[in-house]
Amino acid sequence: MIQTDILIIGAGPTGLFTVFEAGLLKMKCHLIDALPQAGGQCSEIYPKKPIYDIPAYPEILAGDLTEKLLEQCKQFEPGFTLGERAETIKKQADGSFVVTTNKGTQHQAPVVAIAGGLGSFEPRKPQLDNLALYEDKGIAYMIKDPEVYRNKKVVISGGGDSALDWSIFLSEVASGVTLIHRRNEFRGALDSVDKVQELKNAGKINLITPAEVTAVLGEHQLEAIEVTKSGEVPVRIETESFIPLFGLSPKLGPIADWGLEIEKNAIKVNNSLDYQTNIPGIFAIGDVNTYPGKLKLILCGFHEATLMCQAAYKIINPGKRYVLKYTTVSGIDGFDGSRKEAPKAVVKSIN
Amino acid sequence: MDQDVQIKITDRDGNLHEIAAPVDMALNLMEVVRLYELAPEGTIGICGGMAMCASCQCYVLTEHPLREMQDDEEAMLSEAFNVKPNSRLGCQIQITPKMEGLEIELAPED
Repeated sequence: MIQTDILIIGAGPTGLFTVFEAGLLKMKCHLIDALPQAGGQCSEIYPKKPIYDIPAYPEILAGDLTEKLLEQCKQFEPGFTLGERAETIKKQADGSFVVTTNKGTQHQAPVVAIAGGLGSFEPRKPQLDNLALYEDKGIAYMIKDPEVYRNKKVVISGGGDSALDWSIFLSEVASGVTLIHRRNEFRGALDSVDKVQELKNAGKINLITPAEVTAVLGEHQLEAIEVTKSGEVPVRIETESFIPLFGLSPKLGPIADWGLEIEKNAIKVNNSLDYQTNIPGIFAIGDVNTYPGKLKLILCGFHEATLMCQAAYKIINPGKRYVLKYTTVSGIDGFDGSRKEAPKAVVKSIN
Repeated sequence: MDQDVQIKITDRDGNLHEIAAPVDMALNLMEVVRLYELAPEGTIGICGGMAMCASCQCYVLTEHPLREMQDDEEAMLSEAFNVKPNSRLGCQIQITPKMEGLEIELAPED
């Protein structure tokens, strides 16, 4: 069982900044996210898009914002459970909560902060018969460990960055990579498109466009797929793995069944105080919450995270007094033993 | 003085809404749908309007001259599901005075 002070559901910008604010108050955090990497929407949907309304950054790429937030909270040693979705929550006799993921990982904390954005990102699945039959038996919608594909045949379909990037990466790992897309054009970083072209010319990627996977076949596990070019007869391709990469779409998912008050697909919170939900000890911050006048902005999530940590402090340290300390004055003491502080001024007479 | 244009939108449950869309607020069709709450929050405009998801896909039912499709919209639609020849991404269609009488239908949620 993973134990922590604040269990954060969602590793997007709001969740990551919570780690920093909690760290200043000597509280440790652990984050759960359904995506295989931190950053939430910022790294999954638009890492290369500039954001213009982060205070003090006239312009910052969403992916860079994630990097900076990770760097900022690093010394507070956050724990991560990535690629797993928070599934159930159970209140314990001592008032703490146990949150279990879809993979069975258990986490315990006195405070839970839901920073889940629009919900957990679920892969968009192509509409094919028997698709579910082969899930985890050759079909995967996300690549967590590329080593699984070593010396195997892989078929990837999709036309975006992840389809391109994984085709490139797996061309070095798998025994054969086939990339299938509905059009001849791909949308992705120019260098990825060029690289795929290069690998295709070198015979390292078998590119089939414009075409679609029209059937998945196999006895007990995936053995082949059928690919159809428009106006042509379907062709069978033997393969052990098929990875459809059609992006992800967020779903509020199991959180909706946690007994929290939900309005307009978001969790209602008390915004006059600390963003607590109707269940004491469970908070909701960032895009996932709603209250009169709510704005879904990253900067609002940062503010909400900061106030939420104050309330968490009172729950975790009952009766203990607290006084606000400025980082400029007190510096930062990391849980890793590091210390950051302003350089001391020199006091020396000038003769 | 800018006037509103009248638009007919069929929601995902098949209900027809006749709404007045303001032309002076630089809105796009996806934002109009959200303005009138014709689709639940979190099921439309997920990427915020960058043509990076297909949650605002709609079918254009009238022959209004709309802004031509750009590469990013075309590429996104090529990866979307339930695409028809008259599919567009609502976020890529700005509301202009020429849209009086436009009729659209929201595509199903994936």
